[in-house]
Amino acid sequence: MSDVEVEAGSRIVGAGIARHDAVEKVQGQTVYAADFALPRMLHAMLKRSDYAHARLRGVDVSAAEAIDGVVAVYTAADVPQNTVWVDVPGQTLEVGALKARSNVLADEVVRYHGEPVALVAAESEDAALAAVDAIVVDYEPLPVVDDPEHALDDDAPDLHESGNLLAHWEIEEGEVEAGFAGAAAVVEEEYRTQFIDHAYLEPEAGVAWRDTDGVITIRAATQVVEHFRDVARILELPDNKVRLITPYVGGGFGGKEDMTVEPYLGIVAALTGRPVRMVWSRQESLTARQNRHAVRMRYRTGADAEGRLVAMDIDILSDGGAYALLSALVLLYSTTCAAGPYRCPNVRISARTVYTNHTPCSAMRGFGGMQVALGYEGQMDRLARELGIDPLEIRRRNFVERGDRLPIGQELETVVELPALVEAVGERAGERPEPSGPRRAVGRGYACNLQSYGRCIWLNDWSSAWVGFELDGTLVIRIAVPDIGGGQASSLIQIASEVLGVPPQRVTIHIGDSALNPLTGTTTATRQLYMSGNAVLKASRELRDALAGVAAGLLEVDAERVEFGPDGVSGGGASVSFEKLLAAAASVDVPWHVLATHHAPKGIPWQADESWRGRVFPDFTYGCHAVDVEVDLDTGGVRLLRYIAGHDVGRAINPVSVEGQIEGAVAMGLGYALSERIVFEEAQNLSTTFSQYLIPTAVEMPRIESLVLESGEGMGPFNARGIGEPPIGPPAPAVAAAIHDACGVALTELPFTPERVATAIAVAGGGDGAG
Amino acid sequence: MEVGFTLNGKARRLDVPAHWTLLRMLRDIAGSTDVKHGCGEGVCGACAVLVDGVAMNSCSVLAPQVDGATVETVGGLAAGGKLHPLQAEMVMRGGVQCGFCTPGMVLSALEAVRIGAAGSDEEIRHSLAGNLCRCTGYGKIVDAVAAYRDGEAPDDVPADAGEHEHRPEGGGSAASPGVGVGH
Repeated sequence: MSDVEVEAGSRIVGAGIARHDAVEKVQGQTVYAADFALPRMLHAMLKRSDYAHARLRGVDVSAAEAIDGVVAVYTAADVPQNTVWVDVPGQTLEVGALKARSNVLADEVVRYHGEPVALVAAESEDAALAAVDAIVVDYEPLPVVDDPEHALDDDAPDLHESGNLLAHWEIEEGEVEAGFAGAAAVVEEEYRTQFIDHAYLEPEAGVAWRDTDGVITIRAATQVVEHFRDVARILELPDNKVRLITPYVGGGFGGKEDMTVEPYLGIVAALTGRPVRMVWSRQESLTARQNRHAVRMRYRTGADAEGRLVAMDIDILSDGGAYALLSALVLLYSTTCAAGPYRCPNVRISARTVYTNHTPCSAMRGFGGMQVALGYEGQMDRLARELGIDPLEIRRRNFVERGDRLPIGQELETVVELPALVEAVGERAGERPEPSGPRRAVGRGYACNLQSYGRCIWLNDWSSAWVGFELDGTLVIRIAVPDIGGGQASSLIQIASEVLGVPPQRVTIHIGDSALNPLTGTTTATRQLYMSGNAVLKASRELRDALAGVAAGLLEVDAERVEFGPDGVSGGGASVSFEKLLAAAASVDVPWHVLATHHAPKGIPWQADESWRGRVFPDFTYGCHAVDVEVDLDTGGVRLLRYIAGHDVGRAINPVSVEGQIEGAVAMGLGYALSERIVFEEAQNLSTTFSQYLIPTAVEMPRIESLVLESGEGMGPFNARGIGEPPIGPPAPAVAAAIHDACGVALTELPFTPERVATAIAVAGGGDGAG
Repeated sequence: MEVGFTLNGKARRLDVPAHWTLLRMLRDIAGSTDVKHGCGEGVCGACAVLVDGVAMNSCSVLAPQVDGATVETVGGLAAGGKLHPLQAEMVMRGGVQCGFCTPGMVLSALEAVRIGAAGSDEEIRHSLAGNLCRCTGYGKIVDAVAAYRDGEAPDDVPADAGEHEHRPEGGGSAASPGVGVGH
């Protein structure tokens, strides 16, 4: 609490200031990845697999190479190091510490529809496109695995040498069967979630060139500038010979967390020596870029007569798709969050992720922690109905508190404000709206959740930032942060401005460059404000302290009494300009800048042993949402009337950006609930255009009301918590509860399309007893 | 073939293959990278421009079709060093996040207000249905358009980020105030 009190008179932190990047974006001035061009630039494109599983008998590139303007056509054999290895954590000896493989270009076998087979570089886009069409691939089709249950059968073809089980976590705490034996109510249900796409508006894109001293320089839309190291491995270059720059990115949501265009740009730039650009079409992006995992969850949950949880048995099976990518970590998030923000003495969780021939699944906002909300919240609503307890009341009786341990063994260190959130959201929700006509029913649903912020603690995460004055009193921040649209850069400006008194418009931030700016880690895992914010805060405070010592001498006051303002420092009734202060600092060897590093908490790494328990994450963010829906009892159409999303964010650095994260994540969660799904037929992706893949428009979205609670507790700068991912969890279970409230049908499979809702209503007798 | 048109108030005459889209001509020949390529199939609206005042997806218009027409892109809206009032509202109300949908969104909204199709929040939402946004959930965009429609928008907001004044106090928009109910 001390920080909050010290900063109570804050100037900039806590203000909803306009973002500097928005001023340029609204005029179309921002130079996104695809907007950048270089002289003599080549155009690169990928030849992608038509089959979801096939042996490559041959790839004939001769006709493509003969096309006028085609400079190079590469296949797997041309890539210096074509194999990319990833670590796969998992908590059973059955799978253990697997090293999983994927390929830059398909080698011998293709394992999903759209897998890159060959890479073309040409003088024009038209020549590149013609070359892609002219490549002849001789496929020997192989049987596809498109059902994760079947993937583990003995007769299923192994998609990788290690078999089809990719990762497995097992947790058992307490006496689960004894717990069920003493339960007053037991509810059991299977829930299914679908594959979805990130569907940011900016398709994957970038340029690359060979720069001075042979440094392969890539300027691409990515959430991870540290991919320069992955590209270096692929090119068999030292790490310090690849540089990755990320301009302002047109949306990420986890879809630009794994590499997309980066390796291909690096290959062309390194092997041809020419600048190159690659831009994926929307159709490529929807067909072949990684998705959110589809998950099948079986929940059995028992409670005593007062609704207190006594036992949970949870089985999770996730479809990881064709290559490992981040599936094992996503599964760890599911495992950690499987029981929800609830206290239960006896819990068994078994979680598996398997290979199939679907598009590889990997990171997406919520990262495994969000799918399970449909399960644990669905169970709370079922128990409430079974026991005749109000849905918010049964939650209130079970919320975790500070000091509790999650089943995986993590102790909760900061305050859990769920009771206050439930109260505030319930109060805001007020009276229920009336149906707009006959054969329409209105219902209300609630859902709560927890979602981590920050990376797994055994990854020893750190962030560095450089903060320095210029002689005219302007301030510079150097930090390799990728800004993917959430205000990552502008929030850092606010933090430095708060500490050093320089108005935001006189702070310039240089972001997203692995060579010229201090590395600060990925814009993923709801970690960027938390980690980079702490690094900038630390650098700013150290700079203030060093310069305050110099100012104290000039002002003849104690250093603690030196105030930093827009034009300089003051104290004891006198003031000194920044220019004079900096000159004085130089004369006594005090630098005008500080490079500081923030380190995340440490912990014991996971063990491939079922007895391992421990801390997984730095901390969690909690939320409670409410939604009102109107169901058309004939068509099954669900109209969203109103949405309230409450979260404890610790401290809102920029309230407008906090609301922006909440409202955007809720909208994405509502698309997940009602309309979005990638349809596969025998592992062929059929949802390859925006006219087939339906993200919400302004018409479907209700007014989303953010209810921001500031507890003053969190591990970020000024006690902020992360808020990028957490609000995406509750929408689907809240909508499920509201539909049940409206018309009495309990849906368990996402998305809740009109067809599914109407079918469920018809099966239940037409909704005549609704309301 | 030659296509002659007015682009943001300036007469242009460009040599362009007849099968090229307006989007490709604007980005690759005219250098208008403020027009965004989001889907190429006429669904997302990121490439929307005003052709003789009508919002159109430039990926679905052939370049020769604008011969003799007036084309406006978002890059031409700010004037005299000041943001267009709708742009100012979008910035101040948090209607811009990643910014990739913003150029098309702003132009569609301008058209909607001009033709009287933004009378209520619901009308604004219908008018913007052809412009997908994945970041904001649309609420702050709707608020910005409503404020512009009501003439509340300022016309003196600098177009240079370095001169931009921040809102002095508070955070949330009027429609969804941040409420501190905690400690």
